[in-house]
Amino acid sequence: MFSLTGKTALVTGASGGIGAAIARQLHEQGATVVLSGTREAALQELADSLGERVHIAVANLSDPTEADGLVAKAEAAAGAPLDILVNNAGLTRDTLAIRMKDSDWSQVLTVDLESPFRLARAALKGMLRRRAGRIISIASVVGTTGNAGQANYAAAKAGIVGMSKSLAQEAGPRGVTVNVVAPGFIETPMTDVLPEAVREKLVGSIPLGRMGNTGDVASAVVYLASEEAAWVTGTTLHVNGGMAMV
Amino acid sequence: MSDIADKVKKIVVEHLGVDESKVTPDASFIDDLGADSLDTVELVMAFEEAFSVEIPEDAAEKIATVKDAIDYIEKQKAA
Repeated sequence: MFSLTGKTALVTGASGGIGAAIARQLHEQGATVVLSGTREAALQELADSLGERVHIAVANLSDPTEADGLVAKAEAAAGAPLDILVNNAGLTRDTLAIRMKDSDWSQVLTVDLESPFRLARAALKGMLRRRAGRIISIASVVGTTGNAGQANYAAAKAGIVGMSKSLAQEAGPRGVTVNVVAPGFIETPMTDVLPEAVREKLVGSIPLGRMGNTGDVASAVVYLASEEAAWVTGTTLHVNGGMAMV
Repeated sequence: MSDIADKVKKIVVEHLGVDESKVTPDASFIDDLGADSLDTVELVMAFEEAFSVEIPEDAAEKIATVKDAIDYIEKQKAA
């Protein structure tokens, strides 16, 4: 089940915790993986730990030209057309709306919503022609529930869902699927520093009784990337331990 | 047949995988050549690339037959 042997995948934000876990699991299932991010050293370290079938394509997705060119760059690095695009890269500029600067808003929208569109548009051209492909974007539970201090991030993540549903309708006739994975609270270096009381309260709101780990998210991506998910498109797979049942 | 017509025909044959003999001037992409709406968009994009022209959305909507495409591109090229 879920073999990805012979497939080529591009993972953006691969130097981050979730991105690295996604790359690792896609690779474990047999895919050739192109790691993208801004930090070449971190990407190289991950590539070294994975071994063969790994390539690197450095890109800064806040630059529209680099975002537009990344799919071609990844295909050139891998020497093969792209079968799987994972839009994982993202950033946050959290602050209450009344204090939110224009740049906080636009940076988050550019990287978290506009760049996934640019990548999907570039990837779709080839996927539609080949009549096969998978586009998976990482959103967030806050795109559905909202979150104080994250008007920009929540808007971008909700935007990912609407965009993916539209692309799913456009690409469906060619057998290309477009889906979203929406993680809840995931253990990362960022959540490690939360005070114990805050942590306890957070975990208390999760029926499955623990924070998620990066592997929980990556497994959902592997499923959606697989042949077994061929009849699943335009959907959002919520990976949040039951915290928000939407 | 003009060079443009030849090239258009070739692109249509390639993209839609239809027999060359079916690609007559009056052939409708959708009704006669089995194209769906995505195919027609892809065709327009292929024309744009092959002839270095820009075909705006409202003009693209009016390109229904092989002749429509040839006429439009010839007009753009003559202008």
